[in-house]
Amino acid sequence: MRRDIYQAIADPTRRVLLALLTLGAMTPDAIAGHFGSVRQGVSKYLQMLADCGAVDQAQRGREIYYHLNLDKKNEPDHWLEQFRKIWESRFNQLDEVLLTIKKISYEKQFVIRLYSRQINQHRICKTRI
Amino acid sequence: MLFDFTVDKSTNTVFVKREFDADQSSVWDAFTKQDILDQWWAPKPWTSKTRHMDFEPGGRRVYAMCGPAGEEFWSVQEYTAISPIENFKQISLFADKDENVNKDMPGSEWNLDFSEADGVTTVSISIKHKTLATLEQMLKMGFKEGFTMTLNYLDQLLTNLKK
Repeated sequence: MRRDIYQAIADPTRRVLLALLTLGAMTPDAIAGHFGSVRQGVSKYLQMLADCGAVDQAQRGREIYYHLNLDKKNEPDHWLEQFRKIWESRFNQLDEVLLTIKKISYEKQFVIRLYSRQINQHRICKTRI
Repeated sequence: MLFDFTVDKSTNTVFVKREFDADQSSVWDAFTKQDILDQWWAPKPWTSKTRHMDFEPGGRRVYAMCGPAGEEFWSVQEYTAISPIENFKQISLFADKDENVNKDMPGSEWNLDFSEADGVTTVSISIKHKTLATLEQMLKMGFKEGFTMTLNYLDQLLTNLKK
Protein backbone atom coordinates (compact mmCIF):
# COMPACT_ATOMS: atom_id res chain seq x y z
CA MET A 1 0.00 0.00 0.00
CA ARG A 2 1.24 3.42 -0.89
CA ARG A 3 1.80 5.68 2.10
CA ASP A 4 1.19 9.39 2.12
CA ILE A 5 1.32 12.43 4.34
CA TYR A 6 -2.28 11.89 5.49
CA GLN A 7 -1.40 8.53 6.93
CA ALA A 8 1.58 10.11 8.63
CA ILE A 9 -0.66 12.53 10.50
CA ALA A 10 -3.52 10.13 11.12
CA ASP A 11 -1.95 8.78 14.31
CA PRO A 12 -1.65 10.90 17.49
CA THR A 13 1.84 9.63 18.37
CA ARG A 14 3.12 10.36 14.91
CA ARG A 15 1.62 13.84 15.11
CA VAL A 16 3.44 14.54 18.35
CA LEU A 17 6.61 13.25 16.79
CA LEU A 18 6.21 15.52 13.79
CA ALA A 19 5.50 18.46 16.07
CA LEU A 20 8.71 17.70 17.89
CA LEU A 21 10.64 17.68 14.65
CA THR A 22 9.38 21.14 13.78
CA LEU A 23 11.89 22.26 16.41
CA GLY A 24 14.71 20.93 14.28
CA ALA A 25 16.46 17.77 13.12
CA MET A 26 16.96 15.17 15.85
CA THR A 27 18.53 11.80 16.41
CA PRO A 28 16.32 8.89 17.44
CA ASP A 29 17.92 9.01 20.89
CA ALA A 30 17.07 12.67 21.35
CA ILE A 31 13.51 12.02 20.22
CA ALA A 32 13.22 9.06 22.56
CA GLY A 33 14.47 11.31 25.36
CA HIS A 34 11.60 13.74 24.77
CA PHE A 35 9.14 10.87 24.85
CA GLY A 36 10.62 9.25 27.91
CA SER A 37 11.02 6.24 25.67
CA VAL A 38 13.82 4.17 24.24
CA ARG A 39 15.31 4.40 20.80
CA GLN A 40 13.61 1.20 19.63
CA GLY A 41 10.27 2.60 20.71
CA VAL A 42 10.44 5.61 18.44
CA SER A 43 12.14 3.79 15.57
CA LYS A 44 8.98 2.20 14.24
CA TYR A 45 7.20 5.55 14.27
CA LEU A 46 10.10 7.19 12.48
CA GLN A 47 10.14 4.42 9.93
CA MET A 48 6.45 4.89 9.23
CA LEU A 49 6.94 8.65 8.91
CA ALA A 50 9.81 8.05 6.52
CA ASP A 51 7.66 5.64 4.47
CA CYS A 52 5.02 8.33 4.27
CA GLY A 53 7.56 10.80 3.04
CA ALA A 54 6.96 13.04 6.05
CA VAL A 55 10.51 12.82 7.35
CA ASP A 56 13.95 12.33 5.84
CA GLN A 57 17.14 10.94 7.31
CA ALA A 58 20.57 12.45 7.09
CA GLN A 59 23.77 10.89 8.29
CA ARG A 60 26.01 13.23 10.27
CA GLY A 61 29.09 11.53 11.55
CA ARG A 62 27.94 8.45 13.38
CA GLU A 63 24.48 9.77 14.04
CA ILE A 64 21.37 9.67 11.93
CA TYR A 65 19.29 12.80 12.11
CA TYR A 66 15.62 12.89 11.25
CA HIS A 67 14.14 16.05 9.90
CA LEU A 68 10.80 17.05 8.52
CA ASN A 69 10.44 16.71 4.82
CA LEU A 70 8.36 19.69 4.07
CA ASP A 71 9.00 20.11 0.47
CA LYS A 72 5.29 19.91 0.20
CA LYS A 73 5.03 22.11 -2.83
CA ASN A 74 3.63 19.23 -4.77
CA GLU A 75 1.34 18.11 -2.03
CA PRO A 76 -1.73 20.01 -3.28
CA ASP A 77 -1.41 18.21 -6.60
CA HIS A 78 -1.20 14.99 -4.70
CA TRP A 79 -4.46 15.51 -2.87
CA LEU A 80 -6.10 16.91 -5.97
CA GLU A 81 -5.18 13.65 -7.61
CA GLN A 82 -7.01 11.83 -4.84
CA PHE A 83 -9.98 14.08 -5.35
CA ARG A 84 -9.93 13.26 -9.04
CA LYS A 85 -9.89 9.55 -8.21
CA ILE A 86 -12.91 9.89 -5.97
CA TRP A 87 -14.87 11.47 -8.80
CA GLU A 88 -13.65 8.85 -11.20
CA SER A 89 -14.76 5.92 -9.10
CA ARG A 90 -17.99 7.68 -8.19
CA PHE A 91 -18.81 8.05 -11.88
CA ASN A 92 -17.82 4.50 -12.72
CA GLN A 93 -20.38 3.42 -10.15
CA LEU A 94 -22.92 5.71 -11.74
CA ASP A 95 -22.29 3.98 -15.08
CA GLU A 96 -23.32 0.71 -13.46
CA VAL A 97 -26.41 2.25 -11.90
CA LEU A 98 -27.47 3.77 -15.22
CA LEU A 99 -27.01 0.43 -16.93
CA THR A 100 -29.31 -1.19 -14.39
CA ILE A 101 -31.89 1.55 -14.85
CA LYS A 102 -31.75 1.00 -18.61
CA LYS A 103 -32.26 -2.72 -18.21
CA ILE A 104 -35.19 -2.24 -15.87
CA SER A 105 -36.84 0.22 -18.23
CA TYR A 106 -36.37 -2.16 -21.18
CA GLU A 107 -37.94 -4.95 -19.20
CA LYS A 108 -40.82 -2.71 -18.20
CA GLN A 109 -41.40 -1.68 -21.80
CA PHE A 110 -41.28 -5.29 -22.86
CA VAL A 111 -43.89 -6.25 -20.29
CA ILE A 112 -46.06 -3.28 -21.26
CA ARG A 113 -45.82 -4.16 -24.95
CA LEU A 114 -46.66 -7.76 -24.25
CA TYR A 115 -49.59 -6.75 -22.12
CA SER A 116 -50.99 -4.24 -24.61
CA ARG A 117 -50.68 -6.81 -27.38
CA GLN A 118 -52.73 -9.23 -25.33
CA ILE A 119 -55.33 -6.55 -24.69
CA ASN A 120 -55.45 -5.72 -28.40
CA GLN A 121 -55.86 -9.36 -29.29
CA HIS A 122 -58.58 -9.61 -26.73
CA ARG A 123 -60.31 -6.60 -28.32
CA ILE A 124 -59.94 -8.05 -31.78
CA CYS A 125 -61.46 -11.31 -30.60
CA LYS A 126 -64.34 -9.44 -29.00
CA THR A 127 -64.98 -7.42 -32.15
CA ARG A 128 -65.06 -10.59 -34.20
CA ILE A 129 -67.61 -12.10 -31.86
CA MET B 1 -16.61 8.14 -22.19
CA LEU B 2 -14.99 11.50 -21.58
CA PHE B 3 -13.78 12.31 -18.10
CA ASP B 4 -12.27 15.66 -17.37
CA PHE B 5 -11.00 16.89 -14.04
CA THR B 6 -9.32 20.27 -13.80
CA VAL B 7 -8.61 22.68 -11.01
CA ASP B 8 -8.29 26.41 -11.32
CA LYS B 9 -6.22 27.29 -8.32
CA SER B 10 -6.63 31.03 -8.85
CA THR B 11 -10.39 30.74 -8.31
CA ASN B 12 -10.30 27.68 -6.02
CA THR B 13 -12.63 25.92 -8.40
CA VAL B 14 -12.76 22.30 -9.41
CA PHE B 15 -14.27 21.40 -12.76
CA VAL B 16 -15.51 17.90 -13.38
CA LYS B 17 -16.97 16.83 -16.70
CA ARG B 18 -18.17 13.37 -17.58
CA GLU B 19 -20.18 11.71 -20.34
CA PHE B 20 -22.69 8.98 -19.64
CA ASP B 21 -24.15 6.45 -22.02
CA ALA B 22 -27.71 7.24 -20.98
CA ASP B 23 -30.44 9.76 -21.71
CA GLN B 24 -30.48 13.07 -19.90
CA SER B 25 -33.58 12.31 -17.88
CA SER B 26 -32.03 9.14 -16.36
CA VAL B 27 -28.82 10.96 -15.49
CA TRP B 28 -30.81 13.82 -13.98
CA ASP B 29 -32.72 11.31 -11.84
CA ALA B 30 -29.47 9.72 -10.73
CA PHE B 31 -28.30 13.07 -9.39
CA THR B 32 -31.57 14.22 -7.92
CA LYS B 33 -33.34 11.17 -6.46
CA GLN B 34 -32.05 10.00 -3.14
CA ASP B 35 -32.47 6.26 -3.62
CA ILE B 36 -30.43 6.37 -6.84
CA LEU B 37 -27.94 8.88 -5.50
CA ASP B 38 -27.09 6.66 -2.55
CA GLN B 39 -26.19 3.83 -4.89
CA TRP B 40 -23.22 5.62 -6.42
CA TRP B 41 -22.33 8.82 -4.53
CA ALA B 42 -19.81 7.23 -2.19
CA PRO B 43 -16.81 5.48 -3.69
CA LYS B 44 -16.63 1.91 -2.39
CA PRO B 45 -16.06 0.74 0.31
CA TRP B 46 -17.71 3.91 1.56
CA THR B 47 -21.48 4.18 1.40
CA SER B 48 -23.74 7.16 1.12
CA LYS B 49 -26.72 7.35 3.46
CA THR B 50 -29.29 10.07 2.82
CA ARG B 51 -31.41 10.84 5.85
CA HIS B 52 -33.74 13.10 3.96
CA MET B 53 -33.75 14.93 0.71
CA ASP B 54 -36.08 17.68 -0.34
CA PHE B 55 -35.13 18.42 -3.92
CA GLU B 56 -36.58 21.87 -4.49
CA PRO B 57 -35.16 25.40 -4.30
CA GLY B 58 -34.51 26.11 -0.64
CA GLY B 59 -34.68 22.40 0.19
CA ARG B 60 -31.79 20.30 1.42
CA ARG B 61 -30.28 16.88 1.40
CA VAL B 62 -28.80 15.63 4.64
CA TYR B 63 -26.52 12.67 4.16
CA ALA B 64 -23.56 10.84 5.58
CA MET B 65 -20.55 9.24 4.03
CA CYS B 66 -20.17 6.01 5.96
CA GLY B 67 -16.82 4.33 6.21
CA PRO B 68 -16.03 0.64 6.51
CA ALA B 69 -15.02 1.09 10.17
CA GLY B 70 -18.30 2.78 11.09
CA GLU B 71 -17.14 6.35 10.46
CA GLU B 72 -19.86 8.82 9.55
CA PHE B 73 -19.23 12.21 8.02
CA TRP B 74 -22.37 14.27 7.72
CA SER B 75 -22.97 16.90 5.09
CA VAL B 76 -25.81 19.14 4.10
CA GLN B 77 -26.50 20.20 0.54
CA GLU B 78 -28.78 23.18 0.14
CA TYR B 79 -30.45 23.57 -3.24
CA THR B 80 -30.40 27.17 -4.37
CA ALA B 81 -31.75 26.86 -7.92
CA ILE B 82 -33.27 24.06 -9.99
CA SER B 83 -34.13 24.01 -13.71
CA PRO B 84 -35.15 20.44 -14.58
CA ILE B 85 -33.52 18.61 -16.31
CA GLU B 86 -30.73 21.00 -17.27
CA ASN B 87 -29.21 22.62 -14.23
CA PHE B 88 -29.18 22.80 -10.48
CA LYS B 89 -27.08 24.68 -7.98
CA GLN B 90 -26.33 23.80 -4.42
CA ILE B 91 -24.24 24.84 -1.47
CA SER B 92 -22.46 21.99 0.21
CA LEU B 93 -21.74 22.29 3.93
CA PHE B 94 -20.25 20.08 6.60
CA ALA B 95 -22.45 19.23 9.53
CA ASP B 96 -22.68 16.97 12.54
CA LYS B 97 -25.11 14.12 12.82
CA ASP B 98 -27.76 16.46 14.24
CA GLU B 99 -27.54 18.58 11.11
CA ASN B 100 -25.77 21.47 12.81
CA VAL B 101 -23.75 23.05 10.06
CA ASN B 102 -20.06 23.52 10.79
CA LYS B 103 -19.68 27.29 10.73
CA ASP B 104 -15.90 27.19 10.86
CA MET B 105 -15.77 25.63 7.47
CA PRO B 106 -17.12 27.63 4.59
CA GLY B 107 -19.41 25.84 2.20
CA SER B 108 -18.66 25.16 -1.44
CA GLU B 109 -20.83 26.37 -4.30
CA TRP B 110 -21.79 23.78 -6.87
CA ASN B 111 -23.16 24.27 -10.33
CA LEU B 112 -24.29 21.21 -12.30
CA ASP B 113 -25.15 21.34 -16.00
CA PHE B 114 -26.75 18.48 -17.93
CA SER B 115 -26.97 18.18 -21.70
CA GLU B 116 -27.60 15.38 -24.17
CA ALA B 117 -26.38 14.70 -27.70
CA ASP B 118 -26.90 11.45 -29.62
CA GLY B 119 -28.03 9.57 -26.56
CA VAL B 120 -24.96 10.57 -24.57
CA THR B 121 -25.43 12.85 -21.60
CA THR B 122 -22.72 15.22 -20.46
CA VAL B 123 -22.60 16.45 -16.90
CA SER B 124 -20.43 19.49 -16.15
CA ILE B 125 -19.87 20.31 -12.53
CA SER B 126 -18.05 23.26 -11.06
CA ILE B 127 -17.30 23.38 -7.36
CA LYS B 128 -16.12 26.68 -6.03
CA HIS B 129 -14.42 26.70 -2.66
CA LYS B 130 -13.63 29.68 -0.49
CA THR B 131 -10.02 28.57 -0.31
CA LEU B 132 -8.10 25.60 -1.59
CA ALA B 133 -7.67 24.59 2.04
CA THR B 134 -11.40 23.92 2.30
CA LEU B 135 -11.11 21.74 -0.73
CA GLU B 136 -8.43 19.79 1.00
CA GLN B 137 -10.64 19.55 4.06
CA MET B 138 -13.49 18.32 1.99
CA LEU B 139 -11.35 15.57 0.60
CA LYS B 140 -10.26 14.49 4.02
CA MET B 141 -13.60 14.85 5.78
CA GLY B 142 -15.12 12.21 3.64
CA PHE B 143 -12.31 9.84 3.17
CA LYS B 144 -9.55 10.17 5.68
CA GLU B 145 -9.37 9.41 9.33
CA GLY B 146 -8.65 11.82 12.13
CA PHE B 147 -9.52 14.87 10.17
CA THR B 148 -10.16 17.81 12.48
CA MET B 149 -7.14 17.37 14.68
CA THR B 150 -5.07 16.48 11.71
CA LEU B 151 -5.96 19.61 9.85
CA ASN B 152 -5.48 21.93 12.77
CA TYR B 153 -2.23 20.20 13.35
CA LEU B 154 -1.13 20.50 9.77
CA ASP B 155 -1.99 24.19 9.68
CA GLN B 156 0.01 24.71 12.82
CA LEU B 157 2.86 22.69 11.43
CA LEU B 158 3.00 24.67 8.25
CA THR B 159 2.79 27.96 10.14
CA ASN B 160 5.67 26.88 12.34
CA LEU B 161 7.71 26.03 9.33
CA LYS B 162 7.18 29.39 7.72
CA LYS B 163 8.65 31.15 10.78
